[in-house]
Amino acid sequence: MAWSDTYEMVCGVETHVELATKSKIFCGCTTEFGGEQNTHVCAVCSGLPGVLPVLNKEVVNLAIKAGLALNGEIAEFSKFDRKNYYYPDLPKNYQTSQYDLPICKNGWLEITVDGAKKRIGITRAHMEEDAGKLVHSGETITSSDESYVDYNRTGVPLLEIVSEPDLRSIAEVVAYLEQLVQILDYTQVSDCRLEQGSVRFDINVSLRPKGTSDLGTRTETKNLNSFASVRHCMEYETERQAEVLDAGDKVVQETRTWDEGKGITISLRSKEEAHDYRYFPEPDLVPLVIERSWVEEIRRTLPELPTERRMRYESLGLSEYDAGVLTSSRALADFFDEALSRYADAKILTNWVMGEFLRLLKANQQSVLDSPISPVQLAELLELIDKGSISGKIAKGVLEDMYATGKDAALIIKEKGLGQISDEAALAEIVEQVIAAHPQSVEDYRAGKERAIGFLVGQIMKATKGQANPSLVNKLLKEKLS
Amino acid sequence: MDITAKTAGELHDLLVQKEITSTELTHAFLDRVRRLEGQVQAYVTVTDKSALKRAAEVDAKIARGEAIGTLEGIPMALKDNMCTEGIRTTCSSKMLEEFVPPYSAEVAIRLQEAGAILLGKLNMDEFAMGSSTENSRFFPTHNPWDLERVPGGSSGGAAASVAAAEAVYALGSDTGGSIRQPAAFCGVVGMKPTYGAVSRYGLIAFASSLDQIGPLTKDVRDNALVMNAIAGHDRKDSTSVRFDKPDYTQFLGKNIKGLKIGIPREYFGEGIDSDVAKVIWDAVAALKDLGAEAEECSLPHTDYAMPAYYLIAPAECSSNLARYDGVRYGYRAEGDDLISMVRKTRAEGFGPEVKRRIMLGTYALSSGYYDAYYVKAQKVRTLIKQDFDQAFGTYDVLLSPTAPTVAFKFGEKSSNPLSMYLSDICTVPVNLAGIPGISIPAGFVGGLPVGLHLMGKAFDEGTLYQVAYAFEQHTGFHKVKPSTKEVAAHGLE
Repeated sequence: MAWSDTYEMVCGVETHVELATKSKIFCGCTTEFGGEQNTHVCAVCSGLPGVLPVLNKEVVNLAIKAGLALNGEIAEFSKFDRKNYYYPDLPKNYQTSQYDLPICKNGWLEITVDGAKKRIGITRAHMEEDAGKLVHSGETITSSDESYVDYNRTGVPLLEIVSEPDLRSIAEVVAYLEQLVQILDYTQVSDCRLEQGSVRFDINVSLRPKGTSDLGTRTETKNLNSFASVRHCMEYETERQAEVLDAGDKVVQETRTWDEGKGITISLRSKEEAHDYRYFPEPDLVPLVIERSWVEEIRRTLPELPTERRMRYESLGLSEYDAGVLTSSRALADFFDEALSRYADAKILTNWVMGEFLRLLKANQQSVLDSPISPVQLAELLELIDKGSISGKIAKGVLEDMYATGKDAALIIKEKGLGQISDEAALAEIVEQVIAAHPQSVEDYRAGKERAIGFLVGQIMKATKGQANPSLVNKLLKEKLS
Repeated sequence: MDITAKTAGELHDLLVQKEITSTELTHAFLDRVRRLEGQVQAYVTVTDKSALKRAAEVDAKIARGEAIGTLEGIPMALKDNMCTEGIRTTCSSKMLEEFVPPYSAEVAIRLQEAGAILLGKLNMDEFAMGSSTENSRFFPTHNPWDLERVPGGSSGGAAASVAAAEAVYALGSDTGGSIRQPAAFCGVVGMKPTYGAVSRYGLIAFASSLDQIGPLTKDVRDNALVMNAIAGHDRKDSTSVRFDKPDYTQFLGKNIKGLKIGIPREYFGEGIDSDVAKVIWDAVAALKDLGAEAEECSLPHTDYAMPAYYLIAPAECSSNLARYDGVRYGYRAEGDDLISMVRKTRAEGFGPEVKRRIMLGTYALSSGYYDAYYVKAQKVRTLIKQDFDQAFGTYDVLLSPTAPTVAFKFGEKSSNPLSMYLSDICTVPVNLAGIPGISIPAGFVGGLPVGLHLMGKAFDEGTLYQVAYAFEQHTGFHKVKPSTKEVAAHGLE
């Protein structure tokens, strides 16, 4: 019996998103990922005595943008607070964050699971600074002889987005996260490189007996950075909690961590050991007053969001599935739209984008942004098919060459002599040669065996290395044989 | 001619007239520092080589016939909590004994650009926590008026250096009275500017919402000149304010006829020495002679200022000083693991007063106590600010003693933190309200200087200078120099 027959899951997610600014939240250092250790640091972000923070306005711009895209209310009065705790990756031993007056509150987004739409509440979104990165000689900081700290990431701006505990299944959680990341990607609030840790999830989950309304005791599993690990971690953690409850025990309220290798969650600290962060207003920064005109200015820069875009694609006659795939990333949808502005048949374009184009990207392990083929080049290829310059079959090979060389379709066709033979006189000669060489087939056709014409077409294509215009071949054959 | 006794204003004229060179001047001060430091102990670090190098540059400029700024070529010193690139900045703490900042505080940069000659870094109570400079990790600074007595604190080194003419002027910092109280004890002029008037960038923080840098000088004119150089918006400090910075010297010499002075009776309560109070009432009489109108008034929430201050300042300090953990810079103790290393570093690196305040502040911010302590203290702060706002509806300036007593003896209060804290009772409310306050020499009790404390409206330092200058010119107390034989023996008249 699955636990879901007995229990209902209640889940809320905290998502930490690195905002796509050029410089850090309180100083001018670059936010670029990687780089030699401790080279993207200055007096301010390394927390030297006497330094002061200056808020990067672009961080506020992006936070407002995300807040609006998530249907949230942007606070007119917001402030920063200090979250005090000791850890060597935190140069000041406090994190400048927002506590009781976050920049955004009361948002939501809509997910679709098994065809059912559901609105997931977003309690709040607040700005804060990221910490540095520790590297240990052993497994943990306490069991290592040596630990090293890299402060390059210290002070990279984060937006922490906290959902309501509205999620009731793992599928809903994953749908929520996918939708959230899509919105962040569309608004270009973040570069959303999950593999580089630019989006991280903390999962709060509890179980309660089905049909009851009191919340069960929850655990929080921190720092997951892929949808797959969220899914696996939740499968493990819900199963674990169900076993605890089935045995008549109580779930311990605690913070846990996901061990990807072992596929289990491990206890980090219990509620009793939880930090007292001693939040208080950051005295080195002034409160943030956000004029409504500022919000409206940002609202005007909001792009078409994934849901609106899916609906537009469906109105073009695309299936829900196709519209979903095309809008799965802003880069792909932008590629599609740009090609569409040049080549109007959305269905044919969809087939090529979702078929050959995505196949080539996948085979080359590249993203749409890295594509050597531009949307205009793809549109031109499709136009050449429509004009009869090449067949669809030849076009697939041309696309591969385009991918490999970046050249335009027309150039490749010319260089390789791939143009279709649409010259009636030239084709007529070959047709006559083929008819003369295969009298038996001609006889069969005339005797009423329609299939024999297929053989003759094949022979003509063979003779022209596949470049004969198929409809012209058919027309000529029928004329000569009638 | 003893050039070390002169003010910046006088020295500027001598430099321009080529009566002296900056190099001669700098040598004169370095000599005096060498001779007097055994008794006064104002300096933590003396930067003689770089000072002479800078002086030679200024002299070359004068020799080329170029014009020089008012403070150019004039020797000064900084309290050792203002970062100076390449020069160790200790906060008089073991924690930062070896700390050499890779950058300079904004005030240091502004003075450097004004051509100031930095003689060195001045002693202080550790991390600016204290009122006597006895909390220095290195040594106590002695009051030039009586070497058995404290110079006040926490900017004790700054006040003593100016009083003993070991620098023409100095910058101090004031969180609850740390410029004004030592200025009073040492008989010099000390200004705590409006919060936000002077950049805090590079000032090693004690309590961020209260800290402010200001000048300690021999007279009011010098004070206004230094303010001209250091005040004004700085984009590196988010709490610094964009305001129309006046030329502060324009207020000097304006008469004070009809100017309204309020005397809050709460500042003359229990603990105020009656002789000190008498000096202050004499000062009131002098101001009336000059045409000012003075009357008693009330700031009803004054009693709550000390308790509120001793919650807010420690709360901020507990967070500001968390970064001293031995991981990145400063003192590091050996430990078996990370936690023991951090614990031992902080146990060994901080002195007892700093630890006391970190503990107070940590407690005040703790879950379950935050509302009762920190939040309530912030409400009190608002009430105190409202008291001042209301009073300034009627008065141009408020007046009180700077400190309840004259300079006390070493050890007299160091074993009783509460009695030490009370020496800031007249100055703390000004920091809570964020307004400016100045202490000027107002007379003597038993041969020791008494400071007159004038409080002004936010960004109205000008009126404070106006009243202070009128009083100074009328009374001349600033001309009386320390007469202890140790100090006087070395050339001061």
